Amino acid sequence: MFKYLKQLTSLVAMVAVLFAFTTETMAAKKSKTLKNTQKKGFVRCGVSQGLPGFSNADAAGNWTGIDVDVCRAVAAAVLGDANKVKFTPLSAKERFTALTSGEIDILSRNTTWTLSRDADIGLTFVGVNFYDGQGFMVRKSSGITSTSQFKDGISACTNIGTTTELNMRDFFNSKGISYEPVAFEKADEVVAAYDAGRCDTYTTDKSGLAAQRTKMSNPDEHIVLPETVSKEPLGPVVRQGDSVWEDIVRWSLNAMIEAEEYGITSANADSMKTSDNPAVKRLVGAEGELGAAFGLDNEWSLRIIKQVGNYGESYKRNIADTGILPDRGPNELWTKGGILYVPPAR
Amino acid sequence: MNLKLQKILPQLVTVLVVVLVFGFFTYNAQINMENRGIDFGYGFLSQESSFDVQFSLIEYDGSHSYFRAYLVGLLNTILVSVIGIIFATILGVIVGVARLSPNYLINQFAAFYVEFFRNIPLLLQIFFWYFAALRALPLPQDADPILGVFFLTIKGLYVPAFIWENLNVFLYSIVAAIIAIVVIRIHARKVQETEGKQLPVFWISLGLIFILPLLSFLMGGVGLSFEIPKLKQLATTSFIYEGGVSLPPELIALTLSLALYTATFIAECVRAGIQGVGKGQKEAAASIGLNPNQVLKLVVMPQALRIIIPPTTNQYLNLTKNSSLAAAIAYPDLVLVFAGTALMQTGKAIEIVSITMLTYLSLSISISILMNWYNKKIAIKEK
Repeated sequence: MFKYLKQLTSLVAMVAVLFAFTTETMAAKKSKTLKNTQKKGFVRCGVSQGLPGFSNADAAGNWTGIDVDVCRAVAAAVLGDANKVKFTPLSAKERFTALTSGEIDILSRNTTWTLSRDADIGLTFVGVNFYDGQGFMVRKSSGITSTSQFKDGISACTNIGTTTELNMRDFFNSKGISYEPVAFEKADEVVAAYDAGRCDTYTTDKSGLAAQRTKMSNPDEHIVLPETVSKEPLGPVVRQGDSVWEDIVRWSLNAMIEAEEYGITSANADSMKTSDNPAVKRLVGAEGELGAAFGLDNEWSLRIIKQVGNYGESYKRNIADTGILPDRGPNELWTKGGILYVPPAR
Repeated sequence: MNLKLQKILPQLVTVLVVVLVFGFFTYNAQINMENRGIDFGYGFLSQESSFDVQFSLIEYDGSHSYFRAYLVGLLNTILVSVIGIIFATILGVIVGVARLSPNYLINQFAAFYVEFFRNIPLLLQIFFWYFAALRALPLPQDADPILGVFFLTIKGLYVPAFIWENLNVFLYSIVAAIIAIVVIRIHARKVQETEGKQLPVFWISLGLIFILPLLSFLMGGVGLSFEIPKLKQLATTSFIYEGGVSLPPELIALTLSLALYTATFIAECVRAGIQGVGKGQKEAAASIGLNPNQVLKLVVMPQALRIIIPPTTNQYLNLTKNSSLAAAIAYPDLVLVFAGTALMQTGKAIEIVSITMLTYLSLSISISILMNWYNKKIAIKEK
């Protein structure tokens, strides 16, 4: 018996190594963030401190908005319940630190995708859920109808820590206009100061202007100028280094957009299981094994569509019906003249 | 030997624990940053900042570096602290003395002021002055001039700018006046010590500081004219003032709230200091024939200052640190510009926060050292 001890040990070691490899690959499928989320039972989501249409809490503390819906979609996919989300309101200044430090797992807070943010500070942007651009709001009574009427000495209120601050400089510099930037930490303070007459114009993303206008003491006194001075693709962000989690968030968003493309809605999702179109069947989990790729079951996307709805439903509910931006503009599907185009789920 | 060890051991353990805790956090931060692909380094300081700042004491725009942006923020912090400290000290001394006034109305009013402003959170006061008081100010086109040349509007206070000719001659004349005053003071002291005669030093000094600069105007070719702010139309209902100097409302609101708040604490220090000087001191001084002015100047104040200075130093430190609340109302101080915008644009949280903390620490320590030096200077000198 002792004669074979050496051989026996090496055999055991061999098996152990093989076993370790298999468990290693199994674990790789399951991301750390996913595991933690399933253990906790809720998705930790960073949102804005109140931007109607994107992420806004009502008096009872219920969050709504298209940014909120991205987190709800992920919760529906990984936990089976779109309501299992813990929302953390964050200022523009706090948002990235909250994500990189692990306080939240998704940042869905009207955040512009730029190269330096994506590459430099440990973040990964997973997609675009709203195509926006920076604009200017002025008082109607000022008689200004275009940014070409801006003159030297104009004061502009905005938020700190945003791409807006940089675009504003680029814009005024290119026009050769000297301006006074007045930058606040919180959006509510920007609105209050502009509303009081501290600034001649208020600049941020156009969707933000449209949403904040509803908060002014008299919304009809203000107009958003027609010019768009920058590209602002807004989308959800995750921490760098967990590619499976990144994929889950990316495809949760993509599933919502693709569902709209194929006409799958929260109302008809179940009946679509018997559709003739294999792409539709894949999306409602009646065909293929898409969920297994990120360690989820096959009905992950069906739950998203049933509980949150497709992108069009989310847009209508949060942005169009609330009167913020009734016209979808570039945020229409590519098949209908917009630029929403996502890779196929297959 | 054993006793020595017993003494040192607890201290050694404490040091070890502190080092380990710091080491753990540093290590932890390093590992986490590495995992997430975040680089650590201060190289960003020389990069172009590409954001503008509303208000700056040095030349700055977005084409300058982040380091320059840091300086802009630092100088703005120092500016608001220095102005705040000056106003808080003046107001604090007046209110502190007023609290001891035999006049019922004056001392009650001073007491009310102290209790009122001391017991409302500073951030609320800043919001009040900025959002509530600012809202009540007129738009530039509706502003009535104060004394014909000052305009207080919702967009700030516009004051005339001084335009000098031969400014250097004027400055020389002031320097000359100061030197002359110092010489006369030394001389007057000698006269008093040797002959017991008192020269009217105060009046001579006052005369010199006025007459010499006046002469520079009359004979030195110094000229001074004022550039009065003029209303300029930007759009139908949108105006600003051009020319002159504009003080942003953020600076005014912040200085005002910091000064009003801190003055209450300084007033209490002053009151305590004056009350801390024994009654017998005043009576003794009066009995040797000093007049009330001399009693205050030569006997009470030198002793009171020793009690007033150390707690007042704390208030100066508080004011400087409290100035970081500027971020709430868009005054571009160190926290808003550097720990706010710059942090956001670069994402270098650890680097920027550490620099900012170190800066505030240095500012506070500088104030401490300065005040300690002054305190030592006026302390009782044992001979």
